[in-house]
Amino acid sequence: MSKRIQVNDLNVFYSQFKAVEGVNMVIEPRSVTAFIGPSGCGKSTFLRTLNRMHEVIPGARVEGEVLVDGNDLYGPGVDPVLVRRQVGMVFQRPNPFPTMSIRDNVLAGVKLNNRRQSKSEQDDLVEKSLRGANLWNEVKDRLNLPGSGLSGGQQQRLCIARAIAVSPDVLLMDEPCSALDPISTLAIEDLIEELKTEYTIVIVTHNMQQASRVSEKTAFFNIAGTGQPGKLIEYADTAKIFSNPDVQATEDYVSGRFG
Amino acid sequence: MSAVTQRANPLTAGRLPRWSNLAVLAASAAVFGVALGLTAAASGAAFPVPAFVIATVLGYLVLLVLLSRVVEGPRKAKDRLMRNLVVAAFLLALTPLISLIVTVVGRGAARFDIAFFTESMRNVTGEGGGVLHAVVGTLEITAAATLISVPIGLLTAIYLVEYGRGWLARAITFFVDVMTGIPSIVAGLFAFSLFLLLFGPGSRMGLSGAVALSILMIPVVVRSSEEMLKLVPRDLREASYALGVPKWRTILKVVIPTAIAGISTGVMLAIARVIGETAPLLITAGFTQSMNYDLTDGDMMSLPVFVYNSYISQGVDAQAYIDRAWAGALTLILIVMLLNLLARLVAKIFAPKLGR
Amino acid sequence: MSAAVNDPAAGLRSRRIGDAVFAGMSRWAGALILIVLAAVAIFLVAQALPALIQGTDEGESFLAYVLPLAFGTVWAAALALAMAIPVAVGIALFISHYAPRRLAAGLGYVIDLLAAVPSVVFGLWGIQVLAPATVPLADWLTANLGWIPLFAGPASGTGRTMLTVAIVLAVMILPIMTAMCREVFLQTPRLNEEAALALGATQWEMITMSVLPYGRPGIVSAAMLGLGRALGETMAVAMVLSPATVISFALVTTQNPATIASNIALNFPEAHGLGVNTLIATGLVLFVITLAVNALARWYVNRRTVSA
Repeated sequence: MSKRIQVNDLNVFYSQFKAVEGVNMVIEPRSVTAFIGPSGCGKSTFLRTLNRMHEVIPGARVEGEVLVDGNDLYGPGVDPVLVRRQVGMVFQRPNPFPTMSIRDNVLAGVKLNNRRQSKSEQDDLVEKSLRGANLWNEVKDRLNLPGSGLSGGQQQRLCIARAIAVSPDVLLMDEPCSALDPISTLAIEDLIEELKTEYTIVIVTHNMQQASRVSEKTAFFNIAGTGQPGKLIEYADTAKIFSNPDVQATEDYVSGRFG
Repeated sequence: MSAVTQRANPLTAGRLPRWSNLAVLAASAAVFGVALGLTAAASGAAFPVPAFVIATVLGYLVLLVLLSRVVEGPRKAKDRLMRNLVVAAFLLALTPLISLIVTVVGRGAARFDIAFFTESMRNVTGEGGGVLHAVVGTLEITAAATLISVPIGLLTAIYLVEYGRGWLARAITFFVDVMTGIPSIVAGLFAFSLFLLLFGPGSRMGLSGAVALSILMIPVVVRSSEEMLKLVPRDLREASYALGVPKWRTILKVVIPTAIAGISTGVMLAIARVIGETAPLLITAGFTQSMNYDLTDGDMMSLPVFVYNSYISQGVDAQAYIDRAWAGALTLILIVMLLNLLARLVAKIFAPKLGR
Repeated sequence: MSAAVNDPAAGLRSRRIGDAVFAGMSRWAGALILIVLAAVAIFLVAQALPALIQGTDEGESFLAYVLPLAFGTVWAAALALAMAIPVAVGIALFISHYAPRRLAAGLGYVIDLLAAVPSVVFGLWGIQVLAPATVPLADWLTANLGWIPLFAGPASGTGRTMLTVAIVLAVMILPIMTAMCREVFLQTPRLNEEAALALGATQWEMITMSVLPYGRPGIVSAAMLGLGRALGETMAVAMVLSPATVISFALVTTQNPATIASNIALNFPEAHGLGVNTLIATGLVLFVITLAVNALARWYVNRRTVSA
């Protein structure tokens, strides 16, 4: 299920403004990769190019290649809708559909495909996805209540359940814990640990402890100054980034000297 | 990069080329153009333009959805269908707007001349005549209505925002809502009944019309002023209180000046809304062919009633009446548009720089 | 001012007086609105009472007089609403989610222009332009779909039919409904839209998953607002419709039920005696109907906001 991502010479633009410049990177399957860096350095923007979500913002465009198991996301005739089915995404703030029940939230993506599913198949999928997101025991008695009634951490896990219900190959997480309390954060981090056995996970985080706890590899992004494009400064094993980075800026950042 | 197994990118999906919309539309137009043209020619009738447009659009939608279903799959086909329907809804709404503007300008231009604005209809039975009496009536009645509504409406809004607490404020909020829903003709009936009780039967006058329009205007003024007053930041009021300025002076010198642009915009939009009202004036102010400058004495013509009356009671030279009706309609639309434009300008130019 | 500075007590007193006067004025202005509304109700009821008790001057009961009118009012408004809702939602979606950003504001203003057209002009346009244009359609409908009661013949030769009235009313209530729908659609949380897209939804699927459910209360209140407007609309109906005293669902015949408002406008200028009372009583009925619609709308919206 898990796939390898290769990024070649990627530039991201918002209209005329170049937001991210010249990223080259290989993300291995069944691993967790963390993106760290100061605010506005383009790490979230870059993450969103991995499932073409940046296109939602008018004027955003990309140069370069993103290959998922050798298939270019930006090749001719590629359908962003198909891309997003294979590369799922979890957002900064939990965003369950407020008008849907917990159950319908989990099934939201699956129902799109018009696949006729029997009720028992749906039940199985709901249970499997919610178990996968460590949420089943907490919500199994209130599957038909609105998802907006859950706590923030539960909502975020519901969103993860919703994302993995469509069985994607890659899971992108854009600061998934930034709106959560420490206990919910721990629950999500545990979940990431379990999910990486099945998915390629890419996570953007502001929290360096989190990056060092959950990821195998870490990418450090930085900008030279306001109005300059963000760049990938260093990309290596997490242990190396946090103990013995090659670049001075990386060391300054991880040791808390700026950012 | 082995050339042996260059398999297709599984992320690609069938996709109709960009020009397919236009191509399908053209094909549909061609097919129905020929078909309807032939049937029309065979029966000797004129080419049925509306039928052609409807058939072409339907044909376009059906063909496009079928094509998309085959090439792109059912989900994309539905997406395409809805996208086209949404655009169609917009174009559909433009049709009456364009037709209306073209007709009003086209037919109104016939009598849109100097005499039209410098003469009344006194002793006019055929061609000629003008709307001076109606313009004067409209201006006087609307001005009177504004004079009644703005103080009441603004003070009420101030009460609701600055003082209002408890049952009175709740009752006012509720009943202002109720007032928003009063049909204009009912407002007319009310003013009529009121003046009937005050002055006896047959007392149609401009002032009665102004009262009817005020009933329609007050809730609009209250609502918009309330919104604008609420936008004034609390800090501004507190800064003023901290300087020892009493509440009423704070409201007059700080709150209202900050919100004045929004309030005037709201008032102008309210005027624009009531200036085109016909039904209440028909009942309360009545109609006349002569000049009448006195709001409190006798029937008073207004522009909307003039348009209605010219059309409903056409005299011997019917075309002259219809021409005057259209010219009146054009005048009315121009006045309303001008008010709307002014309101927007005021809102733009005098908008307070709150730095939000 | 210097006196106030020298004598703090006097300053305080004048300040109290100023505050009291101003607060009193604003309170009385608000109370005046309540008094006026009470007066509306009392005067209308007082003027309507003779007709309610004695019936019309032709000796028929008031109920028999008002029933066809009330039917016509509700029927015309319901037809207009049925036409306007899908179009209004479509336009609102076009402006909020389909049109290019730069165009959207301008396009919204174009639709707002429709709201600036006075109803008497709509009436003039309806009778002179739209009514003749519907004649071929009416002929076709009665000839081909006449077996449906809605399109029963014989078709009107002038186009002054319920169909034309409903179209004019629909056009008139479009701008306000569009504006309201547009506002709520634009307020859909971006996060929910992105959630749908990230699951691999197409644009339309995204709209059905996030925008429409979120905007449903807004659509309902827009519809109710439009209905209220359509019920009370007078001049356009009075000018366009060729009225008869019937209760009929047929859309394209010469036998159309009049509406309360148009009936008042057409007959009031010549009415006298009991006729005036009768018309005022029908006005009261119209007031009650619109009040009920508005109350229903408010109840619905409040219910939604409380539960959400």
